[in-house]
Amino acid sequence: MTKFDEMYTSLPYEFFSGGEKIREHYKIYDEWLARQPGDMMATRREEAELIFRRVGITFAVYGDKDDTGAGTERLIPFDLIPRIIAAREWDELEKGLVQRVTALNRFIHDCYHDQEIFKAGVVPIEQVVGNAQFREEMVGVNVAGGVYSHISGVDIVRAVNAKGEPEYFVLEDNLRVPSGVSYMLENRKMSMRLFPGLFSAHKVAPVAHYPDLLLETLRDSSPATTAEPTVVVLTPGMHNSAYFEHAFLAQQMGVELVEGQDLFTRDQFLYMRTTRGPKRVDVIYRRVDDDFLDPKVFRPDSTLGCAGLMDVYRAGHVTICNAVGTGVADDKSIYPYVPRMIEFYLGEKPLLSNVPTLMCRNADDLLYTLDNLKDLVVKEVHGAGGYGMLVGPAATKAELEKFALVLRAHPENYIAQPTLSLSSCPTFVESGIAPRHIDLRPYVLSGKTVQLVPGGLTRVALKEGSLVVNSSQGGGTKDTWVLEQ
Amino acid sequence: MLSRTADHLFWMSRYTERAENTARLLDVNYQTSLLPQSDAVALVGWQGLISISELMPAYTEKYGEVNARDVMDFMVKDETNPSSIVSCLTAARENARAVRGTLTTELWETQNQTWLEVRRDLKAGVFERDPAAFFEWVKFHSHLSRGVTVGTMLMDEALYFMRLGTFLERADNTARMMDVKFHAVQSDFYGAASERDQEYDFYHWSAILRSVSGFEIYRKVYRDVIKPELVADLMMLRPDMPRSLLASLNEVVNNLGMLATERSGDTLRRAGKLCAELKYGHIDEILATGLHAYLTQFLDRVNDLGSHISRDFLVPLPN
Repeated sequence: MTKFDEMYTSLPYEFFSGGEKIREHYKIYDEWLARQPGDMMATRREEAELIFRRVGITFAVYGDKDDTGAGTERLIPFDLIPRIIAAREWDELEKGLVQRVTALNRFIHDCYHDQEIFKAGVVPIEQVVGNAQFREEMVGVNVAGGVYSHISGVDIVRAVNAKGEPEYFVLEDNLRVPSGVSYMLENRKMSMRLFPGLFSAHKVAPVAHYPDLLLETLRDSSPATTAEPTVVVLTPGMHNSAYFEHAFLAQQMGVELVEGQDLFTRDQFLYMRTTRGPKRVDVIYRRVDDDFLDPKVFRPDSTLGCAGLMDVYRAGHVTICNAVGTGVADDKSIYPYVPRMIEFYLGEKPLLSNVPTLMCRNADDLLYTLDNLKDLVVKEVHGAGGYGMLVGPAATKAELEKFALVLRAHPENYIAQPTLSLSSCPTFVESGIAPRHIDLRPYVLSGKTVQLVPGGLTRVALKEGSLVVNSSQGGGTKDTWVLEQ
Repeated sequence: MLSRTADHLFWMSRYTERAENTARLLDVNYQTSLLPQSDAVALVGWQGLISISELMPAYTEKYGEVNARDVMDFMVKDETNPSSIVSCLTAARENARAVRGTLTTELWETQNQTWLEVRRDLKAGVFERDPAAFFEWVKFHSHLSRGVTVGTMLMDEALYFMRLGTFLERADNTARMMDVKFHAVQSDFYGAASERDQEYDFYHWSAILRSVSGFEIYRKVYRDVIKPELVADLMMLRPDMPRSLLASLNEVVNNLGMLATERSGDTLRRAGKLCAELKYGHIDEILATGLHAYLTQFLDRVNDLGSHISRDFLVPLPN
C-alpha cells in the first residue's frame, strides 16, 4: 500500500523541510506556514471556533442532550490548512464530473421510460426494478428538461492506481439530497477572514457564486406553466441536522424556506400559506427524502411533506429538485455500472475511474470478499454516513468474524472494495501538524447546462490512520482551493 | 411572507422585549430592597412580581415561600419557568433560528450571541456576583437587538411584524408593571401621612420611573416634585414617552396599518379604538374609576389584539 500526501511528495514527512519535497502548487503555502510563529495556528483555530458558534454554523446531533436537557448543537471541526488542487488537475476533474452526471441523468430518465439500457443488456434490469429506490410512481412521468439530479454530490478520493500513480477515483455518487455545500462556502469565508494575506499570494478560484448558480439551475428547471417561477427550499425543520444549510441556501438565494406545514395543494397546483393568502410554488428544492414528501403516496405518517404533492408533480405543475426516484442511480449496487452507462449514453470513454468493486451478490465476488475480508472495505448497498461499513484493516478479529456472518446471510446487501490508501493532507491536530486522510465532494449542478464551481467540500478523517471522513464519525472539513492558471 | 415566518418574527421580538421588561422589573425591586424598608413591604414587592406574571402557582410548587433570593432565581435563570429571562432569550433565539434566513446576518448573530452569552454568564455565576450589572446587560442586549433590527432590516413586512411584536409586548409589560407597583402602595396613594413615609414614597416612585428609564424624562416633562398621578400620566398617556401605553399603542397601530390586508380591518379598528381612548383620556378620570380596574381591562384588550393578529396573519389559513 503506497502512502502519499497532497502537499509533500514523500512520506513520512519532516515539516518545514525547506521545500524540496513540496509539490509545486503547495510551495507558497508551505513557505508561509514555515514563517508562522508556533502558537499562531492554535490562536486562529480558537478564533474560528468562536466565529462558527456565533454565526451558528452548527449541526444538531440526534438524541444528544446537554446537562439541561436541551438538544445540543455541535460544530463540525474546521481544519485551518487548506487542501489545494492545481488548475490542470481540476480541469480534468471537472470534465469527468460533467460527463458522469450527464450520463447518470440520462440513466434515470431511461429507467423510468424506455429502459433501453436494460434491453441492451448493459445493466441487469433486476438491479433497478427490484430496488427499493425505484419509484413506480415515476414511470412515464416527464420531468422538466429531463433532468432528475439537479444537485449531485460526487465523492472523489485520490489514491494510487494500478500503475502506481496518484489518480482521482469516484467513490460514490450522491443524487438524492447531498449536503455539505454550505460548509464549502463558509470554510472559504473563514479562511479569507483568518488569512487574508494568503489570498493575495495565491490565485484561488472563487466559489461564492454557488448560490447564484443554484438559483439559476432551479429556475431553469421550472415547469412550463410560468415565466416567473417561485422557488422555495423545503426543510424538515430546525431540528434537522442540516438545518443551518437549508436556511443558509434559502437566504443566499433570496427564496422562502418552507416546511411541510406551510404548503398545501389545490386544483392540481401547489401553494404556500402567506400573510397575504396562498401563493403558488413552482420549484421545490427539497431537503426531505422521497419517503416523506407526500403522505398520500409514500409514508402516511409523514408530516414533513405535503399531501397531494405527487399529483401536482405528475401533472407537471411543480418541479421537485432533486426529482423523486433518483435513488435508483446512486445505490452502491448500481455504482459499478456507471462507466458502462457513460459509454452507452454518451459514446465516450469515462474520464474518471471507479474504484474496482466486488458485488457480493455474485457468488465469485462473495467468496473472494470473505477470503480477503481483512484487506477490504465492505459497504452496505443502501448505507450512508459511514454507518454499517467494515474497514477490514482497521477491524479486530472478532469484528471480522461477526461481519462475515452478516455478509453470508445477506450478500446482496453488500459491495466490497480494496482498501484504498486515500491521499492525506497536513492537518492541524492536537499533536501539531500531521497527515490525515481526505476526500472531496464537488457539487455538480444540472439545469439547462451542467456546471460546477471550482472546488468542493474536502472532508478529513481527524483520527490518525482513519479512512472514515463522515462528520457523524468524527470527521472534519477543510477549505478547498482550486488554483487558477 | 410565509405565515409561519411572520409568527416567528413576531414572537422573537416579543420574547426579547419581555426579557428586557422582566430585567427592568427585577432591577427596580432589587434596588428598592436596598432601601431601608420593613420586611413586610419588601415581601409585598416580591410577591407582586410573581403574581403579575401569573406565575404564583408554578413558583409555590417549586420554591414554597416567597423570598428575594428564590424569586430572582426563578425569574432570571430557571429554565423550567417559561417567563424567566433565560427562557425568554432562548425562545427569542429559537424563533430567530427558525427564520434565520429572513433576518440579516447582523440580527441573527446578535440574537445568537446574546443567547450564547447569557447561558455562559449564568453558568459562571455572573448574576449572583452583581445582579444590577446583569440586568443592565439584559437591557443593553435588548437595545442592541432593536437597534440592529431597525438599522439593518429591509423596511418591509418582516420588519413590521417584529415591530408589532415589540410594541404589543411593551404595552402589556408596562401595564403589568404599573399594576403591581401602584397596587403595592394603594393605601398611601394620595400622599403619605408622616414625613418619613413621604421620603420613602419618593424613593418608591423614583424607582418605578427608573424602571422605565423615566426619571429624567419626568423632570423634564413636568418640572415638578414626584407625584404618583403624574407618574401614572407619564407611563400611560404621554405619546412622547417611549415606554408609555399610548406610545406603544401608537406603534401597534402604525405597524398594523402597514400590514393591512382585506382580512385585518377589524383588528386595526380595535387597536385604533384602544389607542384613541388613551390619546383622549385624562389621568384624573382613570384614577377616579380605579387604576387597577382600568389596567385589567387594558390587559384583556391587548391580549385580544394579540389573538386577532394571530388569526389575521400568523396562523395558517384553512385550505
